[in-house]
Amino acid sequence: MRQARREWWNSLGKQVFRLTGVMVIVVLMAILGMLLWNTAAFFLEISPVDFITGTQWDPSSSDAQYGILPLLVSTCLVTLGAMIIAIPIGIGTAAFLSEYAGSRLRNILKPIIEMLAAIPSVTIGFLGIVFLGPEIAQMTGQSNGLNALNGAILLAIMALPTIVTIAEDAIQGVPQSYKEASYGVGANRWETLTKITIPAAAPGILAAVMLGVGRAIGETMTVLMATGNVSAFPKGFFHSVKTITATIAIEMGEVPYQTTHYYALFAIATVLFAMTLVVNLIGEHFVNKFRKYQAA
Amino acid sequence: MKRKLQFIAEWGSLLLSTAAVCCFLVVILWDIIGKGLPVLSWEFLSSLPTDGMTKGGILPAIVGTVSVTLITAISATPFGVCCAIYLNEYAQDNWLTRSIRASIRNLAGVPSIIYGLFGLAIFVQALQLGTSLLAAGLTLGLLSLPYIITTTEEALRRVPASTREAALAVGATQLESIRDMVLPSAISGILTGVVLALSRAAGETAPILFTGVAFYINNPSGALNQEFMALPYHLYMLSTQHQAIAEVRPLAYGTALTLIIVVFLLNFTAFYIRYKHRSK
Repeated sequence: MRQARREWWNSLGKQVFRLTGVMVIVVLMAILGMLLWNTAAFFLEISPVDFITGTQWDPSSSDAQYGILPLLVSTCLVTLGAMIIAIPIGIGTAAFLSEYAGSRLRNILKPIIEMLAAIPSVTIGFLGIVFLGPEIAQMTGQSNGLNALNGAILLAIMALPTIVTIAEDAIQGVPQSYKEASYGVGANRWETLTKITIPAAAPGILAAVMLGVGRAIGETMTVLMATGNVSAFPKGFFHSVKTITATIAIEMGEVPYQTTHYYALFAIATVLFAMTLVVNLIGEHFVNKFRKYQAA
Repeated sequence: MKRKLQFIAEWGSLLLSTAAVCCFLVVILWDIIGKGLPVLSWEFLSSLPTDGMTKGGILPAIVGTVSVTLITAISATPFGVCCAIYLNEYAQDNWLTRSIRASIRNLAGVPSIIYGLFGLAIFVQALQLGTSLLAAGLTLGLLSLPYIITTTEEALRRVPASTREAALAVGATQLESIRDMVLPSAISGILTGVVLALSRAAGETAPILFTGVAFYINNPSGALNQEFMALPYHLYMLSTQHQAIAEVRPLAYGTALTLIIVVFLLNFTAFYIRYKHRSK
């Protein structure tokens, strides 16, 4: 009798655990379904061609325009700027950490990177307004310095911990024998680092960059606060831009439920979801490649 | 001489990048601590905002952040831990397991604003919870879920197989072995992961924007069906939307510092749990 009850609990436990696993798939499918359902509702009213090729985002005028291009280009511009800053600094820091720093220095530097990763995005955005913005304004003679450059610098700071951590793992994963072979033929440490270690760690470093890009594309609060949010077609780093994430954050609070504008915000969110998905899948591909190569 | 210069230039570039990373953190903390600390006082932390937000404290925002984080913990922890137990203790290498793992990786990469939209469409509208503390807490719970599952699974993986085998050998069922042997030895690793996930959730703004946060609540009740104030949103509003932005700047710095202190305290708690367990 008692034994039977224990067996019953045992099999119930197994079913409950499996159910939570299945629920995770359901959550992802629900997110996808929710996005696609509302996007479909949007495409019943606005043609997908106009959405994708339209160069104007102006949903609140009487002749409402729902062109995603200015938002998409803004997101790409800010992300590109962030990567131009974060990739060299990130790889340099990762190389320094794994090849040059002693264990005592590492024990100081690692927590610094973890602390940087822990700072909430809204705080970084706040500094974009009160600290970086005025600096940029002074340099360029603009009124407030809230532009794509400001957002790019802040996103670089936010992406750096991710890039450094994964790139460092990659560089450290390069087998010692590679480096010894390089020293053996007379290369010095720098030549070994740039010609052997970093190329050998390339898949892992690419994965690091991809995950950094994914983080930058999807970040909301920092760009919302720092880039000025002007929905004209972006003209360059010194102009205000309005990214996909910022557009959703600003406009979702104002639109009435189940209007074209409401659906439009889900449509641009679907594009955002697809972008981060592709970037993360590419990143994952490189992670797997790197692991396989490490195991070999 | 030329070689020496080259050496300095080469390694100097690496040193410079590392210095830049440290410099970012120092500048952030320097500015916020320097300008936030004079504002921080017991009165600031324990009183209601007054005079149209230009004076007074941030008590309702602190209460709101603490309550929403609690709901996040209560909703995401059991779910995440159970899923990790399934993956590490039961799952075989089949299509179901692979789909679960792929879903977790994808969920971890979904931008936080999309969780906000999901919370709005599902919790607020479809399930009719309204913009409320509960809807926002559940949204943050979903956001934390992939992180909690991953860290819990790592903690379970570190429990040696002999622990499970010993329990099974004396006649325990698999459930009893997990409950009495595996979970107790993995508990500190699980807690570390959960607390780190909560520290991230506490600082998030985008997922709660449309699911329940409000700029001003004069009576912080902590009721599940009410809108609430939160530190990150309060900082956002004080620094961008307030009609007297220059006047409330000190309050914004105080809020920023309080938020950073809350997030760092949670982080240190996590590291303390890990450290204490390791030294045992």
